[in-house]
Amino acid sequence: MKADAKGVLTGAHYLDGDHACAEGALAAGCRFFAGYPITPSTEVAERIASRFPLVGGLFVQMEDELASMAAILGASWAGKKSMTVTSGPGFSLMMENIGLGAMTETPCVIVNVQRGGPSTGLPTLPGQQDMMQARWGSHGDYEIIAVVPNSPQECFDLTIEAFNLSEKYRVPVMVMMDECVGHMTERVDIPAASELEVYNRKLYDGPKDQYLPYKVENGNGQVPLMANAGDGYRFHITGLTHDERGYPAMNAEVQQQCVSRLMDKITGNAADICRYEEHRLKGAEVVVVTYGISSRVTMRAIELAQAKGLSVGMFRLITAWPFPEKRIKELAEKVKSLVMVELNMGQMVHELERCVAGRAKVFLSPHAGGWVHDPDDILKLIQEAAK
Amino acid sequence: MNEAAHPMESILRMDRMPHIWCPGCGIGTVVTAFAMALQQAGIPLDKIAVVSGIGCSGRVAGYIKLDSFHTTHGRAIPFATGLKLANPELTVVVISGDGDLIAIGGNHFIHAARRNVDIKVFCINNFNYAMTGGQLGPTTPEPAITTTSPYGAFENPFNLPFLAEGSGAVYVARWTALHIRRLTKSMTEALLKKGFSFVEIIAPCPTLYSRRNRLGDGLDELRHYHDKSVIKHGADTRELDISYRDKIVMGKFVDRERPTFVEALDKRFTEVFGKKYEPYGKVAT
Ligand code: SF4
Repeated sequence: MKADAKGVLTGAHYLDGDHACAEGALAAGCRFFAGYPITPSTEVAERIASRFPLVGGLFVQMEDELASMAAILGASWAGKKSMTVTSGPGFSLMMENIGLGAMTETPCVIVNVQRGGPSTGLPTLPGQQDMMQARWGSHGDYEIIAVVPNSPQECFDLTIEAFNLSEKYRVPVMVMMDECVGHMTERVDIPAASELEVYNRKLYDGPKDQYLPYKVENGNGQVPLMANAGDGYRFHITGLTHDERGYPAMNAEVQQQCVSRLMDKITGNAADICRYEEHRLKGAEVVVVTYGISSRVTMRAIELAQAKGLSVGMFRLITAWPFPEKRIKELAEKVKSLVMVELNMGQMVHELERCVAGRAKVFLSPHAGGWVHDPDDILKLIQEAAK
Repeated sequence: MNEAAHPMESILRMDRMPHIWCPGCGIGTVVTAFAMALQQAGIPLDKIAVVSGIGCSGRVAGYIKLDSFHTTHGRAIPFATGLKLANPELTVVVISGDGDLIAIGGNHFIHAARRNVDIKVFCINNFNYAMTGGQLGPTTPEPAITTTSPYGAFENPFNLPFLAEGSGAVYVARWTALHIRRLTKSMTEALLKKGFSFVEIIAPCPTLYSRRNRLGDGLDELRHYHDKSVIKHGADTRELDISYRDKIVMGKFVDRERPTFVEALDKRFTEVFGKKYEPYGKVAT
């Protein structure tokens, strides 16, 4: 489907990542926003608050992030594409209802403009320290999708992608920005609505008395058809382990089916979901794996390394979760070593090591956040990795 | 002869019976009153949604044959806020317990009332956390025995009608599970009232609260309500504290008009944007 022109601010703009993300949400058809102010994500909420009244959207500032997350789930069940925005401390509070979103298969988008942590940490300075929390933060076994933009343009593009994926797979999708990407200002091209593909959830339209909220129809990739509240299906939704009818079922068999499908619908469709960018990988001996703002700094380090005659390329994660496992395994067979550059003390590197599984050497360039890497430090590590 | 249909069959999920509640529990009575109120209010059933949190009372949503949501502990009100604001055409009812709505969900309760989000909150107050075995709650009176107040409660409990009125609710009433007819009437009024409407229902929990506090079985507790409750419509909500084994003042205390969240939003944006603005309350349906 094409985007609703009402929300699309077609043209060339000079925007920071936070504002670009808000425009991406508007273009994707987001018409419900609930949030709570927190640095460095507040500009997204501010932009939405100023833009929504004239596009038929509803913005509500909630009392906290627990409420914001609960409200976007409720709104999603009322049929609206819904979003919230936060940073580390708020992300922690959202984990409770992110779990409910995963369990009840509720489409929604959560943007996290990451800052340095733990706790209050560095409110105004960058980090990429919530990458594992995005994947594992709520209790129990489940899968989510997370994308990691590295420019304001991608904040726009990937927010649309996040909505499309959340509607398609009925799962909370996270846009894992960082303070640098959120606050850097660059050119953002917003195409005409007629050139923007948006995906709307597939709705059940069969006989009312036969609707089973969690029955998977063949050919819909393990994703059940949704019904919106008020459409007359009178369904039941619960955070308890449930059967096809959506009714609680307290036993190990139903638990196995319920949880397995929540995971399979993402891992089984990883090829459709996963996106990444490869730069000069042909024949490279060393591959730097990175994402978000760290990828921009890595580009400089790679130029420096190439000037020194080193054979090095870059693999940039665009989707962090599910992790592009298949492609990493292929690369690990071919290269001498892989270097992870991320603004944390080592998070996605664990996933990298798991996938590489000893086929090549893995190095980490850690950073506690608050600033970006020094390209020279990355260069040194590349040199060591090339030995 | 055909087996007679249950009079509430159109409203209850009969395929989920029997329910989990104990014999003599007040929650079932509240569900009956709610089902009758739905019939009396005459709102199309397809346009009503019920949201519950967690706890014995949090299980209500699971037995009501409407769009029904069993959410997380304390978050029924913000979930309902999202549901209602995203589709103002829906009538959204929250039915949950005192611990869920007032302790872990207390912040959401006061803010939803302050914003006057047009939702109906029916709080089943049984003076303790029952699902987890009967612990001290935000409404447990002094010096009631619970598993976490083994020597008697000593905290000051909330007076819920006072809290609701002070936070901005437009409709506030209290009944016990014994007063089904009056409770049903209040629920019906709340369903038809525009704005944040609150009904507290004092309900027996014979298995835990009554037993530990030697109030007898469910019937004894109802007898206690019968003897101790007094109806005082329009009573000053400051005077509605419930003391241990003392009188319970019931009635309709507040029925006033305030613009709802969506009405206030539409008014503001129409003032600012004029004709460019399409009122949300109309377009969103
Ligand atoms: S434990 Fe108490 S509140 Fe829970 S179902 Fe039994 S009687 Fe009712």
